[in-house]
Amino acid sequence: MAKFPRDTFRDSLSVSLTVGAYGVAFGAASIAAHFSILQTCLFSLLTFTGASQFAAVGVVGAGGAALSAIAAATLLSTRNALYGMQMSPLLKVRGLKKIAAAHVTIDESTGVALAQTPRGTDAMRTGFWLTGLGVFIFWNIFTLLGALGAKALGNPASWGLDAAVPAAYLGLLWPRLQTNFLRVVAIASMIFALLVTPWLAAGMPIIMSVLVATSFGWRES
Amino acid sequence: MMWTVLLGTSVFCFAIKLLGHYIPEVWLSHPRLQRINALVPISLLSALIVAQGVVVKTHIVIDHRLAGIAVALAALFAKMPFPVVVVSAAVTSAVIFHLH
Repeated sequence: MAKFPRDTFRDSLSVSLTVGAYGVAFGAASIAAHFSILQTCLFSLLTFTGASQFAAVGVVGAGGAALSAIAAATLLSTRNALYGMQMSPLLKVRGLKKIAAAHVTIDESTGVALAQTPRGTDAMRTGFWLTGLGVFIFWNIFTLLGALGAKALGNPASWGLDAAVPAAYLGLLWPRLQTNFLRVVAIASMIFALLVTPWLAAGMPIIMSVLVATSFGWRES
Repeated sequence: MMWTVLLGTSVFCFAIKLLGHYIPEVWLSHPRLQRINALVPISLLSALIVAQGVVVKTHIVIDHRLAGIAVALAALFAKMPFPVVVVSAAVTSAVIFHLH
């Protein structure tokens, strides 16, 4: 990192700050699902993969069992394994550094690293670490702020927090719906969840929606 | 219950991240696995919107939350940033909640 690539730094910082806003939403969602402030902050420190954190507190908020919440979060995090697989030959680290690298292997760090490809492997490595650590810092600060804010507000429904949570999921989903095929998958998953809701235990429709993803992904579209 | 979810989620999610750094690329490069893996977040997030937006336990309940989600959808169509989407949904839902 002797020569500090300014463009890489700018990319990393802007991504890290933007993601902070989502941290506020997570903090609030977690409090709305009746997790304590301490538990909410530990989620962001220890789990540190946004969509999975949202899923875990989402299933609990929907009245689901602990196992359903863990399963939904774990399923959502499987993409991180694919990221790690791509990042590991680039980073070439061992021991504690490998543990740290694994912990900050998320959408944003991998995304920024891959976006630096034209600037060379050093820039990719710098992008990975700066973004991973930057998101880690801001995500945790903003989680605490969101949790404190939601706690101060009180009853989730009276401040619209119960609608803010699904709206946040919609905000996370939206940028992923790049093609008509992906939009069809999203709508099919919603219809599926609606149809099975009366027949399954709370939280289970969320896990079972993976069947929709599996059936759409089975054959080449 | 809460601690179980917190610790279970943290352990499994970290294990998956670490696993990725240790397994050879060929293992997860099967096209079918990659296709499904790309769709899983979409299905789960879609189901989460339903579960949190129009469901109470195992019943479908249409209430103030759906109005909030509709406003969020409109905000997304209007290319509003994430905080605007969430806050506009919250305000709409809260107003309707208090009108009842």
